[in-house]
Amino acid sequence: MTFSPELESKFAKLLESYPAGRTRSAVIPMLLFAQDELGRISNELIEEVARRCKVTPLQVDEVVGYYSMLHRKPMGKFHVQVCTNISCLLLGGEELLKHASKTLGLGHKEVAADGQFSLEEVECIGACSWAPAIQVNYDFHHFVTAEKLDGLIAELRKNH
Amino acid sequence: MLYNEPSPLEVKILTRRFGLPNSASLDTYLANDGFKAFFKAMQMTPEHIIEEVKVSALRGRGGAGFPTGMKWSFVPRTSPKPKYVIINADESEPGTCKDRLLMENDPHQLIEGILIAGRSVDAHKGYIYIRGEYRYLIDAMDQAIGEAYSRGYLGKNIQGTGFDFDLYTHTGAGAYECGEETALLDSIEGKRGIPRMKPPFPAVVGAWQSPTLLSNVETFSAVPAIIRDGGAAFAALGTPKNGGTRMICLSGHINKPGVYELPVGFNLLRMIYEVGGGMRNGKKLKAVVPGGSSCPVLTADECDIAMDFDTLAKVKSMLGSGGTVVLDEDTCMVKFALRIMKFYAHESCGWCIPCREGTTWLRKMLDRFHSGGGQKSDIALIGELSKNMLGRTFCALGDAAAMPTISIVEKFPEDFEAHLNGKPCPYQHSAELAMA
Repeated sequence: MTFSPELESKFAKLLESYPAGRTRSAVIPMLLFAQDELGRISNELIEEVARRCKVTPLQVDEVVGYYSMLHRKPMGKFHVQVCTNISCLLLGGEELLKHASKTLGLGHKEVAADGQFSLEEVECIGACSWAPAIQVNYDFHHFVTAEKLDGLIAELRKNH
Repeated sequence: MLYNEPSPLEVKILTRRFGLPNSASLDTYLANDGFKAFFKAMQMTPEHIIEEVKVSALRGRGGAGFPTGMKWSFVPRTSPKPKYVIINADESEPGTCKDRLLMENDPHQLIEGILIAGRSVDAHKGYIYIRGEYRYLIDAMDQAIGEAYSRGYLGKNIQGTGFDFDLYTHTGAGAYECGEETALLDSIEGKRGIPRMKPPFPAVVGAWQSPTLLSNVETFSAVPAIIRDGGAAFAALGTPKNGGTRMICLSGHINKPGVYELPVGFNLLRMIYEVGGGMRNGKKLKAVVPGGSSCPVLTADECDIAMDFDTLAKVKSMLGSGGTVVLDEDTCMVKFALRIMKFYAHESCGWCIPCREGTTWLRKMLDRFHSGGGQKSDIALIGELSKNMLGRTFCALGDAAAMPTISIVEKFPEDFEAHLNGKPCPYQHSAELAMA
């Protein structure tokens, strides 16, 4: 498989980060960084990571099945993640999720037909004191209201 | 960046550089006492460093509150195996958002703490395990680490002291369980995050079968101040056996939610009414989660209390990770318990049956109860089932799910009774208004 030069240099750095003979440690970072570039985790990627980290494809696959950020199907270009855990719950996180679902026409873990948006209800993202909070891809948005969310979605739709 | 206004009641030790121009840069750090503690530590014996940390009465800031100096002293410094320092930046305990700020606003303070820790156990490699959702912090820490290397504060022969240390970031990929230290070790080895049997403890057999010093970001970040100003000065800020300050993450139904650095032992009611600006919309206080979702909740009557590890243990709760969640009178405690259980059922790694099955059954029961399908006998059953999870698992996730549930059933039976006989949730209306 071929990757961008940036990703290749990240991989190279990872493989020399861990103690000698411990390349298996690079499996999870490699998968996540590769997913960021490729959009999803394919069988081909699993085999490639296994080869580079000197483990079996099964050892990589079992990791993919465990970590919630790793996924085999592509999410939307803008993956909207709404937190409904306790601090967000108290300030309307669930209502915000319902609102996002209505605005995007998507349910939990659904992806729009045009691939632009996807929606996920997520567990605590570490923004409790600035709740309710969401992440769009890796970007945090704090003190989100229904109006703010609609504005953000409209902005993303317009610019892309 | 800071996401809330500071409070005049804060005691700024770890956050003293927050808000300075380019607070994350090495220059700002050096201009404000940065690396003074490192040079001092290089003149101290490893035993003396650990002794100073013991004197400071610093206790683990990840949640368990174990005395840090003692934990570090368990690492066999003279072992022929390589020793590692691992930094737990997998901040995922619901209610907690403080390590984020420490890495974002003062990464070099963390790096200096790691170096001192490394020196104390003769370790020369460190790994910062950052949760995958905090991608911007992986980039921020990589940048700070790069800056430290280029100016000779990491790498070979640091500042001519003869001490070598390499530091790396490592990313998780979405798993609360990996905040548990032994599951974190499996995760850093490239495996599913599943807890290990203890003993052996990570201090002796940790990462890659080697002795490992493992602590939380806030714990490491406190170390430069302890070495620079002395353990006694740090200890004096808190209460006996509970040294220093705590990054308290106030959230929920208060006027000024935010992360505030307060002395350990600060009164909880003052936190809510003076630091946090009081209850939102003038509502009455109903309950508080003192230190993250796994802590037993306190009723309003129990909140006139000093927030330190030992005082909270006396009322059968915990200071935990410093995530203080404030609930007003309109909160449905059944719904709250359900949301907590939904989280733990989702995050249980499945290794131990009492946790895997227990959390899922409890989630189903609480869900049925909240939607009006509960029976009176379920109330006791929820408590009983939770108690049967306690202490029966490899790690504390099962306990973390059980403890708040038991406290809610015992302290708020009237909220459960209000849902009996098919009645709709009496708090439904207020939930819908919350977004207004």
